[in-house]
Amino acid sequence: MIQVERLCKTYRVAAKQPGLAGTLRHFVNRRSREVSAVRELSFRLEPGEMVGFLGANGAGKTTTLKMLCGLIHPSSGLVRVAGYEPQRRQRAFLEQITLVMGQKQQLIWDLPPLDSLRVNAAVYGLGDAEAQRRITELAEMLELGEELTRPVRKLSLGQRMKAELLAALLHRPSVLFLDEPTLGLDVNAQARVRSFLADYNRRTGATVLLTSHYMADITALCPRVLLIHQGALFHDGALDALAARLAPCRQVRLELAKPAAPEALAPYGELESCEGQAVRLLVPRERLTTVVAELLARFEVLDLEVSDPPIEELIGGLFQQAAVPC
Amino acid sequence: MGRYWLTLRRFWGTALAGQLEYQLNVLIDLLAMAANLAGSLFILSLFFIPADGSAAGADAVRRLGGWSWEEALVVQGVYTLLDGAASTWLRPNLGAIVTHVREGTLDFVLLKPIDSQFWLSSRTLAPAGLSEMALGVGLILWAAPRAGAQLQPVALAVAALMLLAGLVILYSLWFLLAASSIWFVKTWNATEVLRAALTAGRFPVSAYPPGLRLLLTLVLPVAFLTTVPAEAILGRATPTLVGAALVMALVSFSLSRAFWRFALRYYTSASS
Repeated sequence: MIQVERLCKTYRVAAKQPGLAGTLRHFVNRRSREVSAVRELSFRLEPGEMVGFLGANGAGKTTTLKMLCGLIHPSSGLVRVAGYEPQRRQRAFLEQITLVMGQKQQLIWDLPPLDSLRVNAAVYGLGDAEAQRRITELAEMLELGEELTRPVRKLSLGQRMKAELLAALLHRPSVLFLDEPTLGLDVNAQARVRSFLADYNRRTGATVLLTSHYMADITALCPRVLLIHQGALFHDGALDALAARLAPCRQVRLELAKPAAPEALAPYGELESCEGQAVRLLVPRERLTTVVAELLARFEVLDLEVSDPPIEELIGGLFQQAAVPC
Repeated sequence: MGRYWLTLRRFWGTALAGQLEYQLNVLIDLLAMAANLAGSLFILSLFFIPADGSAAGADAVRRLGGWSWEEALVVQGVYTLLDGAASTWLRPNLGAIVTHVREGTLDFVLLKPIDSQFWLSSRTLAPAGLSEMALGVGLILWAAPRAGAQLQPVALAVAALMLLAGLVILYSLWFLLAASSIWFVKTWNATEVLRAALTAGRFPVSAYPPGLRLLLTLVLPVAFLTTVPAEAILGRATPTLVGAALVMALVSFSLSRAFWRFALRYYTSASS
């Protein structure tokens, strides 16, 4: 459904020194440098797939999404969405896709969402009866009722986002690009949007590419994730595999009967903390079973727990370092 | 075509509904418009007050660039009509293009399966300007017979055609300026300059010094906006003038479309 091969996008940005002197120098002698926002990106999405698109701010997520929608022309590489070349923005292509941006809205601020929906219905060439049928169906899935007849400015953020989704899906697109659809919503509203998206995907078989800052969105919806780092693909596969790749170590928590000296524990792994009887160790995955067996043999252990470090922290950690970690 | 027609009806329906949310605004707009017209009629009358100070009217012998008081009133009427059309249609739509670019909502427009220039040019209406248009028509209907115009079907059709050409020229110029906001996000000021230049169209072009007259005809085609339609209403438009106005309208409209396509190519290869 979506095919991306060796996709690149470079921008020219002005290279300007700060301050008045820099501004003047820039005015006389304009210099620019090339910044690559997306580098050699390749992936494919099959029809009906729901894929999470992860990356730090500025990693190139939005640039990629805009290239997939046809809003930005790629510098090089190939993009096909639903069999079309997005940048040509043919009508048949535009009728198959939708873009939802969490921080931008298309609904008319002063009017009830229903008015915006009627405009969209006309733009997409839907008859009144058909439009009404779809609105009723989607409103039911989104749990929207009288909100549709209240001016948008009087809706809560969560209600507004649900109405935005309705407006974006009225034409039954088969490819959904969702850029932070749950941004700023409270936990309940996030959960409702999430369950709606899962429901929509199940009912219509639409292909969904979703970016989000909330890991919960990704874990709940996307069996597969794409992680990009500095414009290049870092991981394509299951979320669990990503954890293994990001965190080749597991965390072992021990509660000992008697306090042990840090030196005695050091050979078993990287010692995170050792406070009296409570000990936290990072142990490489492949040595985990051996180390645990040795620990149990050597010390008197009251309690033992093995866990993965939380994935948000791992991705955060990855993005804080310029280089890719072990 | 059906899709565009229905879309246009929905656009204007929602625009009217949106405006009526704010009743006081509509009232203020009406007052501002009435005050504006009174002001320009007063300025115009100053040109026609004879040296002895008696009021303008039938006895006035002064002429403005060869135009009598009633004839000049027709120009004023055309200007009022056009300014009303600008307030009703051009300003609310084309003014919003800058906002679309700045806030990134242009993306939503570009992703709709409909011509983006059509969307941006017809999305909304400000009905307060309609009364100004009505006032303009009223002024023309009052002044034209007094200036000796014979309102025959052919003359009326030519006049309507010239008014339309004037509107198309104004739209195209305005759209060109608004589209340039893709590069210079703050073009709003430039459109205000255009509007100020338009006010030159309150008076017959022949009232201006020759150099300025040339500028107002060729560079800023203000002459085609008000003077030429007024000539047509008064039955004085020559076929050459009518042809020139039509060519001018066609050229400027094509230019606006070509320029928009060019601007979009830039936008889509540069935006983030």
